[in-house]
Amino acid sequence: MLTPDILAAAVVNGLTTGAVYALIAVGLTLVYGVLHIVNFAHGAILAAAMFAAYFAFQYGVDPYVALAPLAVVFFGLGYAAQRLVIGPASHGEDRNVLLVTLGLSIVIENLLLAAFSSDTRSINTTYGFATIRLGPLFVSLPKAIGFGVSCAVGMTLWALLNYTDIGKAIRAVAKERMGARLVGIDPPHVFAVTFGLSAACLAIAACVLLPVYYVDPRVGEAYVLIAFTIVVLGGMGSIAGAMVGGLLIGVVESLSGLLLGDSLGQLGIYLIFILVLLLRPRGLFGATA
Amino acid sequence: MRPYLSIVIVALALAALASLAHSNTLANSLVTATIIALAGYGWNLLGGYGGQYSFGHAAFFGAAAYVDAVAQARYGVNAYAAFVLATAAAALVGVVIGYLSFRAGLRGSYFALITLAFAEVMRVLANAAGITGGAAGTLIRLAPSPSHFQFVGRQPYLWIVLVLVTLAMIATRAVERSRFGAYLVAVRENEAAARALGVDALRVKLQAIVISAALTGLAGALYAQYFLFVDASIAFGPWISIEALAAPIVGGLGTVFGPLVGALALDGFGEAAHAVAGRTPGIELALYGALLVLVVAVARDGLQGLAVRFFAARRAGAA
Repeated sequence: MLTPDILAAAVVNGLTTGAVYALIAVGLTLVYGVLHIVNFAHGAILAAAMFAAYFAFQYGVDPYVALAPLAVVFFGLGYAAQRLVIGPASHGEDRNVLLVTLGLSIVIENLLLAAFSSDTRSINTTYGFATIRLGPLFVSLPKAIGFGVSCAVGMTLWALLNYTDIGKAIRAVAKERMGARLVGIDPPHVFAVTFGLSAACLAIAACVLLPVYYVDPRVGEAYVLIAFTIVVLGGMGSIAGAMVGGLLIGVVESLSGLLLGDSLGQLGIYLIFILVLLLRPRGLFGATA
Repeated sequence: MRPYLSIVIVALALAALASLAHSNTLANSLVTATIIALAGYGWNLLGGYGGQYSFGHAAFFGAAAYVDAVAQARYGVNAYAAFVLATAAAALVGVVIGYLSFRAGLRGSYFALITLAFAEVMRVLANAAGITGGAAGTLIRLAPSPSHFQFVGRQPYLWIVLVLVTLAMIATRAVERSRFGAYLVAVRENEAAARALGVDALRVKLQAIVISAALTGLAGALYAQYFLFVDASIAFGPWISIEALAAPIVGGLGTVFGPLVGALALDGFGEAAHAVAGRTPGIELALYGALLVLVVAVARDGLQGLAVRFFAARRAGAA
C-alpha cells in the first residue's frame, strides 16, 4: 500500500541518493563549462576512487577519514591526467577530447578489471546499517552523512568559483579563452585545475558511497549515465543546475523504482535523458548554451 | 576503374590470407576481426566522413542481430530473408535515431551522448522484453546446411564476410567520389558554411546515418548467424560501440582501408596481449583504449597514414 509514510520515505531516500548523484554530476558539469567537452572518463575515475577507498578500508582507514587525503590525491591525478595526457593528446580539438577521454575510460576500467576481477566488493562498517530518526521517518546514517557532505562540497565549490582568484580564472577561461590568456591567465593550467577539482569531487563521492554501495570495475557506468542526465537536465556547465538536477533525479529514481520496479525504474532515467536532449538541450535551468 | 584498383588488390590479398587460414583458431579470429571491420565501415561513413561521432553504434549492430535471430527462432523465417530483414531493421533504427537527434541539432558531445543513451535503452529493453528471450537471450537452431545460411567449419563464413567487407570498401570509395560524399565532408569541416552554400545538412547526415546503420547492421546480422546466439550485452553492449569506432580511428579515420587495417591490427594487438599477459579479462580492451589515445595523440591519420608517410619518406630518401 502506498501510504504517505512510504512516499515520504521514498522521497527522503531519493534526496539522499540524489545528493551524491549531484556530487558526481557537479564535476562533470564543471569540466563541461570550462572545456566545453564531456569527460567520458568520469565514471571510470569514480570507479578508481571507489577502489582506492575500498583498499584504504582494508588497511584500516575508514572511508570518512580517507575522504580528505583521497580528495587531494585525486586532485593531483586529475590535474596530471589533463595536463599530461588529455590536453597534449587532443591538440585543442573538441572531437579529439571526446575520443581521448573515451580511450582513458576504457583503459582505467579494464585495468581495474584485470587487477581486481569483476567481483563486486563492499565493506562492513559498524555504522553501515545505523539510522537516525527524522520525525516519523528513519534515515540511513551513512546516507544522511552523504547528503551533508554533498551539500557542503557543492557550497564550497560555489564559493571557490565566486570568491577566489583561481575560481575567477576558471570562470574567465570558461567565458572567453582568448581574453583570459590576454590578461595573463594560463588556460592549460586552469583546464588542469578544473579537471583536478572534478576528480577530487569524485573521490569524495566515492568515500561517501562506499559504506552503502558496492564497488566493481564497471560501477562507474551505472553512475555516469545518471550524471550525464543530471548535467543535461540542469543545463551543461551550471553548478546550481547540477545540484538541483541531482536531487530531482534521485527522487524520480526512488519514486519510479517504488512504482515500476528496479529495472524499469532505470529506464525512466534514460528516457528523461533522451527527452531533455531532444526537446530542451539547454536544460531546465537554461544557462545559455 | 583506377580508383578501385587498390581495393581489388587488397581484396585479393585478403582472399590469399583466407585460403591460408586452415586452422580453426586463425579462421575464427579472422572472421570476428572482419565482422568488426564491417561494423567499423559503418561507423567510418558517419564518423570519419561525416564527423558525427556516435558512441552507440551497438544500437544498429544489436537491432540487426536480434531481428536476425528472433525472426528465425520464433517465426521460422528463412535465414536469408531474416538476414535482409535484419539489415533493413538496422537502417530503420538509423533513420529514427538520426531523424530525432539531427533534427534537434545535436552535434559533438551531445550526439555522442544521445547515441550512447539510445543503445543503453535498447539494451535494457532487450534484457527485459519477452520477445527477445529476456536475459537468457535467443538461440538460432543449429542446422548446418547452406539453405539455412549455416556451414560446417569456419572457412565459408570467412569468405562471406570478406565479400561483404570488399563491398563495404567499394561503397566507401563510391561515396568518397560522389557528390554526396563531398557534401558529407563539407558538413564535417564546417556545417554552417556548407549550409550557406546550399547543402541540405540534415538530409546529408540522415543519408549518412542510414548507410552507416545498414553496414553496421550487416555486421550484427552476420555475428548472430555465425555464433547462432544473441543476448542483450552481446548485441547492445558497449563493447561493439567501442570496437566499431576504434577500428576506423586506429586504422585511419575517413579512409577506405582504415576500418579493415584497424580491425586487423587491433585483433593482432589483442592476440599479442593475450600471449604476453595470459587470458586476464580486461587486458585486451585496456590496450585498445591506450591505442586509441596514442593514435589520436601522435597519428591523426591512423596506421594507414603512418604507413603511407613511412613509404613516402623512404621513396624520398632513395631518390
